[in-house]
Amino acid sequence: MTETSPAPVSNIAALPLDQLDAPPLTLGRLAWLRFRRHKMALAGMALLGLLILYCVGGGFVFSEKYANYNDTSLALQPPSAAHWFGTDTIGRDILARTIYGGQISLLIGLTAVILEVSAGIVVGALAGYFGGWVDNLLMRFTEAILIIPQIFLLLVMAKFFAGDIPDINFLGREFSGSVIVIVVIIGLTSWPYLARIVRAEFLSLKESEFILAARATGTSTPEIIFLHILPNCIAPIVVSATLGVANAITLEAYISFLGLGVRPPTATWGNMLEGAYNYIESAYWMWLFPGLLILFIVLAINFVGDGLRDALDPRSRAV
Amino acid sequence: MTNLLLEVRDLKTRFHTPEGTVYAVNGISFNLPQGSALAVVGESGCGKSVTMMSILRLIPIPPGQIVSGEALYVGQDLLKLSENEMEANIRGKAIAMIFQDPMTSLNPVLTIGRQLTEPLRIHLGLDHNQAQRRAIQLLEMVGISGGANRLESYPHQFSGGMRQRVMIAMALAANPSLLIADEPTTALDVTIQAQIIELVERLRREIGLTIIWITHDLGVVAGMAERVIVMYAGYIVEEADVDALYEMPCHPYTQALLAALPRADRRRDRRLKSIPGAPPNLLVEPKGCPFAPRCEHVRERCRLENPTLTTVSSSAALRGLSGDHRVACWVDLATGAMR
Amino acid sequence: MTPLDSQPLVQVKNLTKHFPVLRGLVLQRQVGLVRAVDGISFDIQRGETLGLVGESGCGKTTAGRTLLGLYPPTSGEVLIDGQDMRHTRGPELMALRRKAQIIFQDPYASLNPRWTVNSIIAEPLRVHRLLPTEKERVERVKELLRLVGLSPTHLNRFPHEFSGGQRQRIGVARALASNPLFIVCDEPISALDVSIQAQVVNLLEELQDQFELTYLFIAHDLSMVRHICDRVAVMYLGLIVELAERNELYENPLHPYTAALLSAVPIPDPKQERARQRILLKGEIPSPLNPPSGCRFHPRCPLAKAHCAETTPAWREISPGHWVACHEVA
Ligand SMILES: Nc1ncnc2c1ncn2[C@@H]1O[C@H](COP(=O)(O)OP(=O)(O)OP(=O)(O)O)[C@@H](O)[C@H]1O
Ligand SMILES: Nc1ncnc2c1ncn2[C@@H]1O[C@H](COP(=O)(O)OP(=O)(O)OP(=O)(O)O)[C@@H](O)[C@H]1O
Ligand SMILES: [Mg+2]
Ligand SMILES: [Mg+2]
Repeated sequence: MTETSPAPVSNIAALPLDQLDAPPLTLGRLAWLRFRRHKMALAGMALLGLLILYCVGGGFVFSEKYANYNDTSLALQPPSAAHWFGTDTIGRDILARTIYGGQISLLIGLTAVILEVSAGIVVGALAGYFGGWVDNLLMRFTEAILIIPQIFLLLVMAKFFAGDIPDINFLGREFSGSVIVIVVIIGLTSWPYLARIVRAEFLSLKESEFILAARATGTSTPEIIFLHILPNCIAPIVVSATLGVANAITLEAYISFLGLGVRPPTATWGNMLEGAYNYIESAYWMWLFPGLLILFIVLAINFVGDGLRDALDPRSRAV
Repeated sequence: MTNLLLEVRDLKTRFHTPEGTVYAVNGISFNLPQGSALAVVGESGCGKSVTMMSILRLIPIPPGQIVSGEALYVGQDLLKLSENEMEANIRGKAIAMIFQDPMTSLNPVLTIGRQLTEPLRIHLGLDHNQAQRRAIQLLEMVGISGGANRLESYPHQFSGGMRQRVMIAMALAANPSLLIADEPTTALDVTIQAQIIELVERLRREIGLTIIWITHDLGVVAGMAERVIVMYAGYIVEEADVDALYEMPCHPYTQALLAALPRADRRRDRRLKSIPGAPPNLLVEPKGCPFAPRCEHVRERCRLENPTLTTVSSSAALRGLSGDHRVACWVDLATGAMR
Repeated sequence: MTPLDSQPLVQVKNLTKHFPVLRGLVLQRQVGLVRAVDGISFDIQRGETLGLVGESGCGKTTAGRTLLGLYPPTSGEVLIDGQDMRHTRGPELMALRRKAQIIFQDPYASLNPRWTVNSIIAEPLRVHRLLPTEKERVERVKELLRLVGLSPTHLNRFPHEFSGGQRQRIGVARALASNPLFIVCDEPISALDVSIQAQVVNLLEELQDQFELTYLFIAHDLSMVRHICDRVAVMYLGLIVELAERNELYENPLHPYTAALLSAVPIPDPKQERARQRILLKGEIPSPLNPPSGCRFHPRCPLAKAHCAETTPAWREISPGHWVACHEVA
């Protein structure tokens, strides 16, 4: 074959070079400039920070043993100096349990979303980029999953897989094996929405001029998918991943509340609510605190998601 | 002196945005005699649209702010009228405006007829049949024949040029005396552009419409304007009758623009002359002449003080060209001397 | 493999590109055919600029992209440097791709907003393994930036930090990175301000002189086409109706469509504009879904006769190098 490094040198010296006046503005900085314009998103981020601090930092104040320690003589005590959030039916400290329950909820939210995002991206990208029968096949499958109500799927799968999954050790903590079941089924039932979003993005981006330029150059298909198109879908992916965390937390609470989710003694905000079910009027503290925490975290994540939606919009050129 | 239809004095408009203040229009003054055709030319972002929208008070406030100025329409200051008066008597009535993009200005799910007759019925109080007849008449006026059938069509069934003509028909509905056309042909092909220009010329002759035509195409200007305003960075840098402007442009920017244009009617004789540098940044308070950073005739004074628009020695008048020729430049380019 | 230097760099023979119009969700059926490009032939000599003009939707972009193999042609043949993209594979195809590049109209859509200027311009170098090390590639990118009049210190900036004209020059730098022989310029200046257009056009001309580039220059600005092109082809509804050397075409247009198009071009001279007689065409450009029979221009043509609706005019050479497809031209 021919030459490898031809590199002609310019003799157009006369051309004056354009300088940019403005200091460099990376995409991250640009996004932050836009994000901080949303007061609610900033508030949401602060609240989210506090909640994470509460769940993680709290773990250093109370031990998990303490959170699971029961003393029936202390049962159903209202909030007091010794037990700020009161105690539950078998005398466990609710404050400590919301801390450890929060850890589980966050963990479930994050891992379920990792699953969701991976599945959503793969299905959406393949369908959107290749189109034709690949698209047809994958989208019909996605729709099939969308048609079945997620809650119904969740309940059936939770019941079905609830069997004897052994406890596991992760991050230095013991978890009931049901946590994994919950994560997997939430992940596997949530991806269709994301897949559709990713597909739509791919469909429009693959026709864009910078992709044509890459194809004219001879860039390989995997590079086009992963280096060119995917980074441009980051906005909707990040936004739906953020909202997906909130969704997963609510779903976990929901199935745990119905008694099909994470098994005691591992605390989650959802199964704490379940425990409070019979005491709605007599012991408000049992449901109030986990309930508020769920509300706060879901709200905070939604506000952050809204801010990110604008901040990451690749089509917006304005600061 | 002829009857002045519109007189704009020292109009200044700014936008207060998160990145800072955009100095969009920085003291614009011009006169518009009844029945004349004025062209406003300038590059993207030089404030052409904002000037016209300020006169009609269509800019969003905030972030926009009309800092100062007056716009006298037959003697009454539009900038002081109440919103109700603007709505009832000025916008779409005395002064009509058409915009660049004929695709987005029409509602795709309503018939052309509906979109044409509705304003006639609401604003002019015509009944259904009267409105229908008037709509057909308006369409014929802009060269769309076929009458009632056409009213049943949807915008997508019309081509770009026809949609733009429908926009003009809508603008003409209330018999305005002034039509402001904001780049009405930029999105269209040359053959269609020629049709629209021909149409507007005819309307001017036949119904005595006064026209302000905003464009960035110096070729279009030569064909349809009587008087031309050249804008740069929110300022008028030159104003003259169309012949004078092309025959002896006095501002370095105007000269450079003309030298940067290739000609379809001549053999190529040279490289195009390019204007170095990038368009101005409107985020900084202007100091000195806005064109100074890109100007090849720049002097010390240009960077310090912004020249005002002054009438140049009436050599134009001597050579039989009428109207005063005004330019905002410290340097007399013919002699190289300072003004 | 020593292509004769006399052989045209680009040879297009009877190229067609039809887009099927599909309906239906699962079982798609074809309800129509957009004849975007319907049999065009031309050559481009080495170092030459061929202009391709015509109204919106006449198939200029489709022709340019099909030429580069971005759309598979429906039929016909495109030879670049003697080779057809459809019959080359692997390393030979890559070598061919290296020789042909494209510059786009929209300076905002044609650069990946998530990539730095460095990655954008270095992409062809990386893909074609032209320079082995990262360091050499960065040096080459800096040199290319200087070549198009941008400061090499802006290597790590993102496209959104540049103005339209500067972005367009980044696009030019990317197209030049692999030392192509042939560049399709698809309306490279339409989106730019007048004062910036000249910058980009002059740059393209200088680069052509320096590297002996060959351009297909697609545009609808006929003034600019006369300025920059050596020969000009006029397209109407998927077909080339006239092709000639530039001054010949502008001074002696034979096809009535060319004449109408030229008469509509605004000229920056008030006296001439006032004196000019425009040929106003009737109606609008028909849909390429079902183009008119016979000569496609006949419904709008001021010279049309009965036979124009029936027979397709032949592609004839009227005088040396001046080709036209019209019954009414003697
Ligand atoms: N709503 C707004 N908020 C902030 N800035 C604005 C707004 N509208 C216009 N501007 C700024 O005002 C300046 C003048 O804009 P204007 O629309 O008048 O330009 P123009 O001359 O009409 O350009 P074009 O030829 O592109 O239409 C621009 O820099 C623009 O960014
Ligand atoms: N991918 C596609 N699928 C279907 N039809 C297409 C496709 N691309 C282009 N067309 C059609 O082919 C015809 C020619 O389009 P093309 O973009 O080549 O025109 P053009 O001459 O480049 O126009 P413009 O001046 O507006 O860029 C048009 O009718 C267009 O709608
Ligand atoms: Mg405007
Ligand atoms: Mg095109």
